[in-house]
Amino acid sequence: MDRRFFLRGLAGAACSVTAAPLLTSVTFAQGAGLGENRLVVVILRGGMDGLDVVRPLDLPDFARWRPSLSEGSLPLVGPFALHPGLSGLSGLWRAGELGFVHATSTPYRDKRSHFDGQILLEAGTGMDVEAGASRDGWLNRMLQAVPGLRADTAYAIGREALPLLAGQGPSRSWTPEVKLTLSAQSQLLLDHIYHEDALFRDSGAEAMALSEALSLAQMDAPEAPAQDQAAMPGEDRPHPDIDRLVDFAALRLRAETRIAAFSLNGWDTHRGQRAALNRPLSRLQRVVLRLRAQAGAEVWGRTVLIAMTEFGRTVRENGSGGTDHGTGGAMLLAGGALRGGQVLGAWPGLAEADLYAGRDLMPTSDVRAWAAWAMRGLYGLDRAVLEGAVFPGLDMGARPALIL
Amino acid sequence: MIDRPSLAAIRFGFGLPLPEGAPVEPAMMLAALAGPDLAAFDFPASGLADVLPVLQAAQAGRMAMRAAPEDRAAYAAAAREAAKIADIATRSQFARALDSPDGFRERLVRFWADHFTTKPRNRPETTLPGALIEDAIRPHVAGRFGDMLEAAVLHPAMLAYLDQVASVGPGSRFGKRRGRGLNENLAREVLELHTLGVGAGYGQTDVREMAELLTGLDATAAEGALFRRERAEPGPETVLGKTYSGEGMAPIRAALQDLAQRPETALHLARKLAVHFVADDPDPDLVGAIAAAYRQSGGGLLAAYEALLAHPAAWVQTLGKARQPLDFTLAALRALGWRGRDVMALGARPLRRFILRPMAVMGQEWGRPNGPDGWPESLESCITPQGLGARIAWAMEVPDRLVKTLPDPEDFARTALGPAADARLLWAVARAETRREGVGLVLASPAFNRR
Repeated sequence: MDRRFFLRGLAGAACSVTAAPLLTSVTFAQGAGLGENRLVVVILRGGMDGLDVVRPLDLPDFARWRPSLSEGSLPLVGPFALHPGLSGLSGLWRAGELGFVHATSTPYRDKRSHFDGQILLEAGTGMDVEAGASRDGWLNRMLQAVPGLRADTAYAIGREALPLLAGQGPSRSWTPEVKLTLSAQSQLLLDHIYHEDALFRDSGAEAMALSEALSLAQMDAPEAPAQDQAAMPGEDRPHPDIDRLVDFAALRLRAETRIAAFSLNGWDTHRGQRAALNRPLSRLQRVVLRLRAQAGAEVWGRTVLIAMTEFGRTVRENGSGGTDHGTGGAMLLAGGALRGGQVLGAWPGLAEADLYAGRDLMPTSDVRAWAAWAMRGLYGLDRAVLEGAVFPGLDMGARPALIL
Repeated sequence: MIDRPSLAAIRFGFGLPLPEGAPVEPAMMLAALAGPDLAAFDFPASGLADVLPVLQAAQAGRMAMRAAPEDRAAYAAAAREAAKIADIATRSQFARALDSPDGFRERLVRFWADHFTTKPRNRPETTLPGALIEDAIRPHVAGRFGDMLEAAVLHPAMLAYLDQVASVGPGSRFGKRRGRGLNENLAREVLELHTLGVGAGYGQTDVREMAELLTGLDATAAEGALFRRERAEPGPETVLGKTYSGEGMAPIRAALQDLAQRPETALHLARKLAVHFVADDPDPDLVGAIAAAYRQSGGGLLAAYEALLAHPAAWVQTLGKARQPLDFTLAALRALGWRGRDVMALGARPLRRFILRPMAVMGQEWGRPNGPDGWPESLESCITPQGLGARIAWAMEVPDRLVKTLPDPEDFARTALGPAADARLLWAVARAETRREGVGLVLASPAFNRR
């Protein structure tokens, strides 16, 4: 049997599978839909250097590969130490609300293109499906597999379209920056104009409904303090654009929303990485700290945040104090529902012979498996659904201790 | 039924009303493209020659600051000068699109500027992306792709943005002495984005050899792009089975010209052109025709455009693409009667408030594309709830602030859309409660947002 056809067939079947017996183990005890647990997925665009974020500092080869990228590390566990740019999260680490997966990657190999890598990361497919052939994202396929969800169960937040949540499953897409106030008559007339154009009709209806419903709710959200210029690495400081997104996400997650997703750019650190990584780390750290603060203890206690990237970077520093596109990377996990304080994943080693293609950290796990276990833990989704419909062809492997 | 001149303006230009003297048939459009670049003459902007002195001043300013940290005046002055140049570049690009009868040229310049996306890394460098457009894109927009490729890849804007200035041959004298080595960024993107396309049959070894071949390239504020022998990896490099050896820039130029001639490049560029101008999922026959014309002409862009415009698929009635936020904004301004001089004279604050910031919320933050692959352009990525919401908000709120008297909405529908104004739209526009809302409905309509 042609494998690609088989996989596509499975993925396609998921769209209409809402009543199929595959789904019997979804837990509905907590009520309809996804229950009370929250999942936040952050796509880190540009290829985060996992080896710099979670540094295997005490391994003999590390200093040889990374002569200029080890300063200021904070011990985590075993040989691993944290980049100082995330030192604002050390309290969460001690509280067991922060964890990492190391040496993990999507199935993407060899071409090391950001753009194809991100397509695959969000599609959640394997290398046997051509980049761009999948019309929906894995997080959306998860929603397709759960009956009875409402559109505001899931939000893609930000200016850009987020393929991760695109698809037939009920979800919303919005940025809190849009302020739309229309008279009742204009709204009616716009409905009329959009009536025969499905894309404009759907997007327009959603835009109008959302801006009306949200403009009131947002007025309650506290304003972010003004930006502080000079900051030490790891210091928690506001990033107004991030704060807007996170505040909006927190507001939704405190209401009916259970899934939120957005993306952070700026991880492509080809040169001068010691300085270049501070800003994206500061923003990522802010996402975690601000979300924790804005969600409130109860919601945060039921939340897992997963930050994932399209690939890791070369083990060896390149000729310009940076790193080039690689393979194995790291994931950041946070949340009150997380079993944190661990660096998960089998460690592949840093000896020359241990590397992928002689240059990259060897991936020992599939990014999708961790996401799948998180969704299984949070929502009780059946393994067959996760391995068949959400991540077609994935082998989730043994269960990690991921969720409390 | 949309007549061909209107369709030409909508699909290959910045929309209706037709500019006076606009070439609307393929032969006329191509003849205009082959002729002089009048828009650049009307609204000049700075190339590298004007930019380098500012970069030099900024460098001197940095040195002064290093010597005495409180001595910021020189750097601040240079940064202000740079901001002025970048501001004029932005306005000129908008003004050309508003005024030029040759809208196809302006659309093509945007297309290639996106193909060769660069981004500034600091304030003085905000001058560079515009300079690349003036130096590398406009002069070659109707010429040979190989020449545009050379000019763009070897431009300081690109050498800086994709880190070529930090890449050193590990076996070169400088590399050995300083322990420096390769940075693959530019080499990879030249193969993946600028020429062959990611689907082509190249591998990591080709990327690495290409990176070694590019070593020696550098850019300075004093000289612009230059070649430093002491940084170049010694020995020949083999990219896609062809070996390049020799001194200086010659082998680099030869490799870029060879890449431009590859059939994979022809196909990649043909597909990108068809996707940008015609459909997200273009007719394979259209792509094939453009690629064939490109190959047969030895990489001639005019021949490729001719094949595009000659193909019936390029003239289908269905408007299957969305105007990107910039094109939406410019088309709206044109339809509202704005001219280039209005954009040139607009204050800095209203420019930000009414044009640049709204464009950013629509999904296109001017000067800050996400990465070297440029802006997203598929219909679905433009017409998201938030993207469309931002367009509706702009359509309803901003025109009123930009023109003294808003036009009659029904007249405006005919001006802005011509034969593309459908019965539903005209029915609705006639029922708007105010001119402001009527004009807003026209600009928010599918007919205006599609192309």
